[in-house]
Amino acid sequence: MTGRSRLPIVYAVVAVIALGAISVGLQMLRDARYPLSVSDEETLYLSRRATSRLVFTHRSLIADVYWIRALQYFGARTQQAQRLTATFLAPPSALAANPPVSFDLLYPLLDITTTLDPRFNIAYRFGSIFLSEGYPHGPGRPDQAVALLEKGLKTSPEKWQYWQDIGFVYYWSSHDYAKAAAAFARGSDVPGAPWWLRSLAATTLAKGGDRNASRLLWRQMAETADNEYARTAATLKLKQLDALETIEKLQKGVDAFGARKGAPVTNWKELIAAGLVLGIPLDPAGVPYELTPASRVKISTQSALFPLPFEPAARTRE
Amino acid sequence: MSTLGWIAINGFRESVRDKVLYSLVLFAILLIGASYLLGQLTAGQDFKIMKDLGLSSIAMFGLFMAVFIGIGLVSKEVERRSIYGLLAKPVRRHEIVLGKFAGLVLTLTVNLAVMTVALYAVLAYVGWGEDAFARQAHEAPALDPALLKAVVLILVQLMIVTATALFFSTFSTPILSAFLTFGVYVAGYFSQDLRNFDQVVDSKPAQLLARGLSYVLPNLSPFDITSQVVHGLPVGWRYMTVTMAYGFVYVAILLVLGATIFSRRDFK
Repeated sequence: MTGRSRLPIVYAVVAVIALGAISVGLQMLRDARYPLSVSDEETLYLSRRATSRLVFTHRSLIADVYWIRALQYFGARTQQAQRLTATFLAPPSALAANPPVSFDLLYPLLDITTTLDPRFNIAYRFGSIFLSEGYPHGPGRPDQAVALLEKGLKTSPEKWQYWQDIGFVYYWSSHDYAKAAAAFARGSDVPGAPWWLRSLAATTLAKGGDRNASRLLWRQMAETADNEYARTAATLKLKQLDALETIEKLQKGVDAFGARKGAPVTNWKELIAAGLVLGIPLDPAGVPYELTPASRVKISTQSALFPLPFEPAARTRE
Repeated sequence: MSTLGWIAINGFRESVRDKVLYSLVLFAILLIGASYLLGQLTAGQDFKIMKDLGLSSIAMFGLFMAVFIGIGLVSKEVERRSIYGLLAKPVRRHEIVLGKFAGLVLTLTVNLAVMTVALYAVLAYVGWGEDAFARQAHEAPALDPALLKAVVLILVQLMIVTATALFFSTFSTPILSAFLTFGVYVAGYFSQDLRNFDQVVDSKPAQLLARGLSYVLPNLSPFDITSQVVHGLPVGWRYMTVTMAYGFVYVAILLVLGATIFSRRDFK
């Protein structure tokens, strides 16, 4: 090819680059002056019945689309709720009439996903974790989590894992140990279920709410998880239990030091100066514990472990 | 080679020369490749989504090929007036219909094979070097040979669609044939609902009509085994055989009807 014949190509490339840059510039200018409207999520999705009728083929693929949407929805809402909680802009969910961030579409999205693909194992298992997580990590709807898993059991009664998950939801979110033990027992009756599910049922019934029983529960989950997400969730719960234990020990030390001093302890520096702690104690996620003006040791809202699970033992003390 | 064989080979060559075909295959391969990116958006479900999207792409683009090429098999010959030359040769009319059908099925088989290789290549690329823990989480292996069962049934389903398009094109215009073929395709997925019409309607004649229609229309749902294959559920050989046999019989009916109409058609 000669230099003469290359020239038009060079001109074309330069023109395309220049026009492309102008196009990007114009878009940025337009976006700055006329922001694109945010789509209304409530109207974007069809009901379970309507979707079921409309999607006559490629149901598995459409289920994937809804699953991705559920993940994005859950992730975005969780981040928003955590941000609001961390900046104290919103009242605590327990005090608010309605939580500041709504998770209303989460269950319908998971319901449609599992209607289109009734064997979507991960949608049941992850979905139940999402639904049962307390605010701001989720909507705190154990009832919906159980309903989703029970729907899965109708299609796949051989899945003892769903009974295990139902037991977890009752144990951790509803603190209903009788129902949790019953779910573990039902799961252990399923052919192919592991032997430890029956002992888990017995332990739950005998020592429900006991921290060691909880630890056993999550350790089993972490060791038998068949996916990374469930293993990470179980590891997080184990770290939260460790944090609860550390907080109790630290609180005892703070209370004793305060009693000796005759005034509430509100600063870690006092304890460090007294040689009671070597430095500001860190939680298992590596974030410093907080010491409130009321002399209470708390986990930081910035910590990945926040909020700590609500323990029935703690409920009776309050 | 027999007359039928020559017509089939010519039909295949003609399809291969069609640029639209290449665009469809390329687009399907791009979509299968893009499934890798989509898979990254979900928690541990990358292989399920890649397989779902891969098999759906194969079925969807195969459908477009079957319909848009199928409706033109006869009408193009008539439009170009090449049918007169063909009929002047010692070729029987039913051989033209059967040869055209065989040519398109050959085209579809080659294209489906290319798309299947692309799907397996993407799955192999993503599965490469995956650790044992991640692998045990999958309901079915990444390079599951059972995917081929789904592809085979898609091919048989596309044979029904091709035969339907060819049947309509023997007596109708290309646009009308396309509409009718898509209509039959959609209705084919509701055969089971028509069969269970008695659960929603009390009228006896309506029930009988719906039941009759459910047997006349092709029952296409059994050819879609994507969900079973993706979830690693067994799909028995007996199921495959019965479903394929049904597909072949249905194709034979349409070809007989198409060949009969074509034999009696006046091209003056």
